[in-house]
Amino acid sequence: MLEITGLCAGVDGKEILRGIDLSVGPGEVHAIMGPNGSGKSTLAGVLAGRPEFDVTSGAIQYQGQDLLEMEPEDRAREGVFLAFQYPVEIPGVNNAYLLKAALNEVRKHRGEQELDAMDFMTLVKKQLGVLQMNADLLNRPVNDGFSGGEKKRNEILQMAVLEPKLAILDETDSGLDIDALKIVSNGVNTLRSPERSTIIVTHYQRLLNYIVPDVVHVLLGGRIVKSGGKDLALELEAKGYSWISGAAAEVRV
Amino acid sequence: MSTAIDRIEQLANQDYKYGFVTDVEADTIPKGLSEDVVRLISAKKEEPEWLLDWRLTAYRLWTSMTEPTWPNVEYDPIDYQAISYYSAPKQKPTLESMDEVDPEIRATFEKLGIPLEEQKMLAGVAVDAVFDSVSVATTFRDKLADLGIIFCSFSEAVREHPELVRKYVGTVVPYSDNFFAALNSAVFSDGSFAYIPKGVKCPMELSTYFRINAASTGQFERTLIVADEGASVSYLEGCTAPMRDENQLHAAVVELVALDDATIKYSTVQNWYPGDKDGKGGIYNFVTKRGTAAGRNSKITWTQVETGSAITWKYPGCILQGDNSVGEFYSVAVTNNRQQADTGTKMVHIGRNTRSTIISKGISAGHGQNTYRGLVRIGKGATDARNYSQCDSLLIGDRCGAHTFPYLEVRNTSSQVEHEASTSKIGEDQIFYCRQRGLSTEDAVNMIVSGFCKEVFRELPMEFAVEAQKLLGVSLEGSVG
Repeated sequence: MLEITGLCAGVDGKEILRGIDLSVGPGEVHAIMGPNGSGKSTLAGVLAGRPEFDVTSGAIQYQGQDLLEMEPEDRAREGVFLAFQYPVEIPGVNNAYLLKAALNEVRKHRGEQELDAMDFMTLVKKQLGVLQMNADLLNRPVNDGFSGGEKKRNEILQMAVLEPKLAILDETDSGLDIDALKIVSNGVNTLRSPERSTIIVTHYQRLLNYIVPDVVHVLLGGRIVKSGGKDLALELEAKGYSWISGAAAEVRV
Repeated sequence: MSTAIDRIEQLANQDYKYGFVTDVEADTIPKGLSEDVVRLISAKKEEPEWLLDWRLTAYRLWTSMTEPTWPNVEYDPIDYQAISYYSAPKQKPTLESMDEVDPEIRATFEKLGIPLEEQKMLAGVAVDAVFDSVSVATTFRDKLADLGIIFCSFSEAVREHPELVRKYVGTVVPYSDNFFAALNSAVFSDGSFAYIPKGVKCPMELSTYFRINAASTGQFERTLIVADEGASVSYLEGCTAPMRDENQLHAAVVELVALDDATIKYSTVQNWYPGDKDGKGGIYNFVTKRGTAAGRNSKITWTQVETGSAITWKYPGCILQGDNSVGEFYSVAVTNNRQQADTGTKMVHIGRNTRSTIISKGISAGHGQNTYRGLVRIGKGATDARNYSQCDSLLIGDRCGAHTFPYLEVRNTSSQVEHEASTSKIGEDQIFYCRQRGLSTEDAVNMIVSGFCKEVFRELPMEFAVEAQKLLGVSLEGSVG
């Protein structure tokens, strides 16, 4: 599904990722943990094709294609979905309208017929049911005036409707209270399937109580310094990142 | 990897590639302006004495006036003696079929969804006899005449209905109003006249007819629309198709009069040649538009979509004289490249319980400078008057400008005046968010711009709204793949 090798990337000439190797198979859920400034969001941004990041070396293969050669919209149409850490407000643009346009771009790309307003609403209502969410967000401007929880819910709704093959959740738990966290995690769990791979970028272990990952990676100083099973997250929570950084320092010596 | 801003720059810096010029056989008088020229214009149009006198008074006043310098626009001084003030164009078809028309122009027509026959006319292609403008005009006019509606050119109105013209012309925009209004009053070429009699609701948008004839309207247009008691009319001016004109200075005057319980809705789409990337060429559009809601419960609505011209100077206003009268102004103004717009409205509340609404949306791209200038004046007698103003500016790129000059003069303590303003920018993060959901940069920009303008678009007549939306898309379209 996704194969990252020797990825180095930065912004404004400052190197942030210093050689990432990561392999995500179909249906797998990987958690990427690390302290602030370790490069987690940069990695998510590079995968989605954020223009401000420069990739200096390394390669990313996605479903056998060179991901780095693809424009952000082409990546999206091929099934790469980024749930934003800070979903962007677009005043004046109706939330349902953006979602319908996005879905139809994806469908066009897949050679499927575009949905009209009626069929689209039927689909959205079905997904809302699955996610146990209500329709209150649909007729408001995109993220405009949304609470933090509403913004994250909206990201999950978009994900459910667009049915990505690779979902990247960037700090989806940040700023959520426990109820919102449950709704969002429930959404992600509902969307787990053997065809869909998920990368969860998070600072805290908390989210992983609700979404249980197959693999946990620890990102530190732009490198993955440790990988393990779901228990690694618990160990991190108990001992803190300094435990790893100390270990990593020893390894380097 | 180019950034979204670079891409937006590309969008903003595209050439105006849709202009077209046709050979025009014209009856033109030598350059320069004098009393003799004014007399000559009036004589050529076989006007009555009173109108000549009116023109001459306007001319004499004009010679003592100075060009306004307060607008927030810059341009080289205009040499008024270097302009020819009378040119009756006889446009002749120069092409045999649409195949001979520049494919890019045809593509634009297609994008705008302009009907084929109309495309031919706009491009100067010979049109089918059935669609000949004279016959269409006749058909419409017969239908309208059955209802007592007069709709004709201004010159024709002077000949056929002098009493109506004489009664109303200059009552809303007197020749002394401003420099350009005086100039227009002295030398106006032609324009449109509409009179809707008592109690008649005009059954069609006065649009198609006008669009067909728009190709030959001159640079000093004068339009007068009168809705008698209980009458209503919706009038559409302009065309989404790009219009190129060799006359650089356009100084039009539009006057609207609504009597008791009458409604006039006046919609404009203006897409004159904006000049090249460096601001060379391009139309100076210095227009005075005003309506008097003279009667009780009368209503005047101005809706404008301004995407063209190098310089726009225009403040369609309402004099709310009748009690309970309503004035509305909905505007979208786009400035791109080196375009400058100083536009807004004047709402003058005189009658009791008068209400006005102002919604202005300014979009600046490239090096464009967009100014909203609006006056809300509540007179002493305007008890319980209300105004709501909303001025929003959208910036695309980082070299353009948005400016807002709202003026409020309130002389009645029972009135209520609200003003809201916002400035926003299409951010790279918004574009990226849309692209991450699968939209192209171009579609993302269009979606954001349309969302920004929708409060104005929904005031436009249906078919016009669709065209206007497409026009914005075309204006912001670029080399993005």
